[in-house]
Amino acid sequence: MKKLVIGNEAVAWGLYNGGIGLVSSYPGTPSTEITEFLAKHDDIHSEWAPNEKVAMETAFGASLAGMRSVCAMKHVGLNVAADPLFTMSYTGVTAGMVICVADDPAMHSSQNEQDSRHYAIAAKVPMLEPSDSAEAYMFAKNALALSEEYDTPVLLRMCTRIAHSQCVVDIGEREEVPLKDYVKQPAKYIMMPGYAKLRHPVVEERTEKLKALAENCAFNRVEMAENREIGIITSGCSYLYVREVFGDSVSVLKIGMPNPLPEKLIRDFAAQVGKLYVIEELDPVIENHVKALGIEVTGKKLFSAVGEFSQKTIRDAFLKEGLKIAEIPEAQGSAPAVPGRPPMMCSGCPHRGMYYTLVKNKITVIGDIGCYTLGAVAPLNALDSTLCMGASVSGIHGFNAARGRETEKKTVAVIGDSTFMHSGMTGLVNIAYNATNSTVIILDNSITGMTGHQQNPTTGYNIKGDPAAKVDLEALCRALGINRVRVVDPYDLKACEEAVLEELAAEEPSVIISRRPCVLLKYVKPKKPLEVDPDKCRGCRKCMKMGCPSISFREGKAHIDNTLCIGCGVCGQLCAFGAIGGNAE
Amino acid sequence: MKTTSVMIVGVGGQGSLLASRLLGTLLTDEGYDVKVSEVHGMSQRGGSVVTYVRFGDKVYSPIVTEGECDFIISFEKLEAARYAGCLRKGGKIIVNTQEIDPMPVITGAAEYPQKVLEELKAAGFDVDDFDALAPAMEAGSAKAVNIVLMGHFAKCTDIPKEKWINALKKVIQPRFLEMNLKAFELGYQ
Repeated sequence: MKKLVIGNEAVAWGLYNGGIGLVSSYPGTPSTEITEFLAKHDDIHSEWAPNEKVAMETAFGASLAGMRSVCAMKHVGLNVAADPLFTMSYTGVTAGMVICVADDPAMHSSQNEQDSRHYAIAAKVPMLEPSDSAEAYMFAKNALALSEEYDTPVLLRMCTRIAHSQCVVDIGEREEVPLKDYVKQPAKYIMMPGYAKLRHPVVEERTEKLKALAENCAFNRVEMAENREIGIITSGCSYLYVREVFGDSVSVLKIGMPNPLPEKLIRDFAAQVGKLYVIEELDPVIENHVKALGIEVTGKKLFSAVGEFSQKTIRDAFLKEGLKIAEIPEAQGSAPAVPGRPPMMCSGCPHRGMYYTLVKNKITVIGDIGCYTLGAVAPLNALDSTLCMGASVSGIHGFNAARGRETEKKTVAVIGDSTFMHSGMTGLVNIAYNATNSTVIILDNSITGMTGHQQNPTTGYNIKGDPAAKVDLEALCRALGINRVRVVDPYDLKACEEAVLEELAAEEPSVIISRRPCVLLKYVKPKKPLEVDPDKCRGCRKCMKMGCPSISFREGKAHIDNTLCIGCGVCGQLCAFGAIGGNAE
Repeated sequence: MKTTSVMIVGVGGQGSLLASRLLGTLLTDEGYDVKVSEVHGMSQRGGSVVTYVRFGDKVYSPIVTEGECDFIISFEKLEAARYAGCLRKGGKIIVNTQEIDPMPVITGAAEYPQKVLEELKAAGFDVDDFDALAPAMEAGSAKAVNIVLMGHFAKCTDIPKEKWINALKKVIQPRFLEMNLKAFELGYQ
């Protein structure tokens, strides 16, 4: 079947048709859809795990049991799962196992732009990198066989542009792969020193075999043109941009397996061309390899390690080099400057009421990763820090340990329900165990929001939407050692303020669960939009201080957009003149 | 044939993903090589979003850069101006005149550029502006703005209307189909 699919759907089809029986992942842009597409198949086990480490170890367990398996994550998710990765390199696999990791050059939806290829090198596992959906399908499918043949987990590296770009893919049929027999193999799977010492040489031998494969495999290919004045070594979406600019008029070595890199292939290519360039997004991984071979090459000097490329990047760089480019686009004109439009919390977002309360009381807020990171932008400017998943809860503990009662009285951590499950729990244990009077607010909107509504252990539903065990957050926090646990409705500003001030004043650690489901959830029925009574509105702009996108200022009065407003009523609580109403039950 | 590039731009949540899927499906059915680049994640939360659709005999890059775009379809007035620099000489901008205040305007840090379309026209841009919100409401929902605009764009192509309708039937859920067919008609008029 030929179908127009995004890279992530292509990966899912490749893995499914390659006979996987299990997928376990934690959502993270731009990797999320791989698992969502796999979850549509009822003949395999699919799940959202609480974090990437759990996901990878689950996939490992399935492979150990003889079932082909996969886990998918964003680049920073691989940091969380790095621990099992490095030792799985030693154990190898029983059935094929693929780890999909999606980098985010230009940080469309991430906190850094780390390059996952370093993990492949450091953990000594092979990595494949497709350039479009069609390759993503083939590479994902072949990665499973590669994994079994070389007894290693295989990393499949995606990036935002490939993960979220569509092209036509010819999708074949599923190959049913029976479970392999489970045989106890202590020397292969028990990684204590005695056995691990025996496995490390196996890893080194495997790398040599993979290097031999890299010289002659379908993942790397040379495309020679008549013109050999320059030669370009490239990979991933950079390959597409090179072809967009030059068509088939330049000679290219396309790398589809960035680890291990070939040596002879590169030497032979370099020997056939004049000036050699490496064009790769993010870090100079291929470039450094080429240089280590003693070959002169131009890479990061011309093509930045920052952000993502485009055909324009390639065109501009080569024009600067004095090369002739066949077609240079001519723009109609330059775009006039217009105000920016940064992302923001939605109209009626339940996080807004809690953030307004914190800002009003000048509270220092140690933030975390999720939709609620958007509380950092104007006009709320509510956050003081955001680092990585779970760092709010651990961070506030260190912050308060450093400054004591001075900050304990006016600092909170904010973390979402899904992020708390991911890596907030251990930080909370630390607060209780090592005793700072820290206040943690769990912004519980009953879903994993930013990545597009995935279920998690607090929602009571699994990846299929079927009822599942539901974590009782209040009981959990108490069990972790916190005595003061209370729940507030963030739409009730008075209750929010009471809770925040009381818990900050308390002489022991506390948790406030700010609970209200995300307004984008299908089961949340919007109320009638609110209206501003222009006779009562004095134009004081108080209602605009919380940054609701539904409220604008027109002709000296507040105005509510009835296509956006969902009638949450928080703005009405801010108005001192009773000017906002119109949706009373 | 030369590659044709379309940019669908707007505000996160306005339905540009569905519009690009409609166009991608249609063009694939027509036998073109097609690449579509979507936006997911953070900018979907009310931020400025851009989706690229490129088609022709052989398309490499999924994205569109300065001076390469044949058609910009903008779901919002100000957003048309933001991406106008991508338009090639002789390209066309189709724009919904609806105004959605971005946060800097809401906070009072900036003013909404009311006359931005007039400025574009004065600068020589081919701007086809119309109100897509009213026909969308007439069809049944403000959310149908995307399909009204695609109906309007359909007239700029030489692909027969029936083919567009077939593609609509493929990408729209049955329970929303009637509303969207009406929205398409109203845009096409």
